[in-house]
Amino acid sequence: MALTNETIKERLIAKFGDQLSRFEEPYGLLTFEAPKDLNLKVMQYLFDDEELRFQFLTDLTAVHYPDQAGRELAVVYHLHNLTDNIRLRFKVFTAIEQPDIFTATQLYSGANWMERETYDFFGINFVGHPNLKRILNVDEMEYFPLRKEFPLEDQTRIDKDDAMFGRGSIK
Amino acid sequence: MARPVRFNVHPIKADIKDNISLVNMPEGYQGEGFFTTQLSSVVGLARKNSMWPMPFATSCCGIEFMATMASHYDLARFGAERLGFSPRQCDLLMVMGTIAKKMGPIVKQVYLQMAEPRWVMAVGACASSGGIFDTYSVLQGIDQVVPVDVYVPGCPPRPEAILDGFIRIQDLVGAESIRRRNSEQYKGLLQSYGIQ
Repeated sequence: MALTNETIKERLIAKFGDQLSRFEEPYGLLTFEAPKDLNLKVMQYLFDDEELRFQFLTDLTAVHYPDQAGRELAVVYHLHNLTDNIRLRFKVFTAIEQPDIFTATQLYSGANWMERETYDFFGINFVGHPNLKRILNVDEMEYFPLRKEFPLEDQTRIDKDDAMFGRGSIK
Repeated sequence: MARPVRFNVHPIKADIKDNISLVNMPEGYQGEGFFTTQLSSVVGLARKNSMWPMPFATSCCGIEFMATMASHYDLARFGAERLGFSPRQCDLLMVMGTIAKKMGPIVKQVYLQMAEPRWVMAVGACASSGGIFDTYSVLQGIDQVVPVDVYVPGCPPRPEAILDGFIRIQDLVGAESIRRRNSEQYKGLLQSYGIQ
């Protein structure tokens, strides 16, 4: 019998109880939220279980919600069960002051560069990552560009240097 | 049916009499069997009509440059017959396209590898000012890393505009004094880019 979203949800709740929350199925994609300390345990369970077999990490990225105090940064995992061709998505939230999340590199080798990219753009500190440094931007960059903490363009600006974007100082 | 192949057995002989463009003679004194002029004008004349451009094409302006080089627009008419793909042989760096901040040090390295005298042309809005990409990852004009002689506006500029920029480079090259590269002003300019 093919694996369904209902089965996955039941198995997860049976294992983790009410620690997992916000189950949704937008466009048929099972989505839920996990506490940030549990991200590896949830993934390990989804990976190892003989029925669930979510052994492919499709994507890993982050979202910045500047208005949610204490849980500004969300790390999103997209997992794929290649045998039954079923996908799921789960999120963990963390405070922006201490954005520490356990790395998924031990479980999914593909997470290595995805976590470097997520660090590069959102500043998520992946604890235990073997080589957590910038991957796309210049090494000297002092900010995380995709965080929503930069003012919009100043219409009265005189040129287009960093100082005009609210970054750095006017020289 | 056989293909109608035409062999070029009766080629039209090219009419080269009075049909070759020659550069004008520089100012000087002329007499029977001699001609005197300034060394700098002769050197300038030679340099401007035998430029070796180094194309540094990163995006769509590079496509326009390919058209500029090719037979229709034909950059070779202006003495730039040979594009060099080694910076050590070239004297004109043509930067065409968006230069990301990560690419900046590479542009500078290419510039440093060129021998004096060298000129730089920024082709297109991105190379000149960052263009539409006023964002964290794009260098806002290559003049932040290397000195630029001529800016060609456009997004992308037409081949005619690139040719116009090239002719302006030629004017600079032809009019340059041979001592300019030793001048305090020039050294100061390079110093401001951290180039020795």
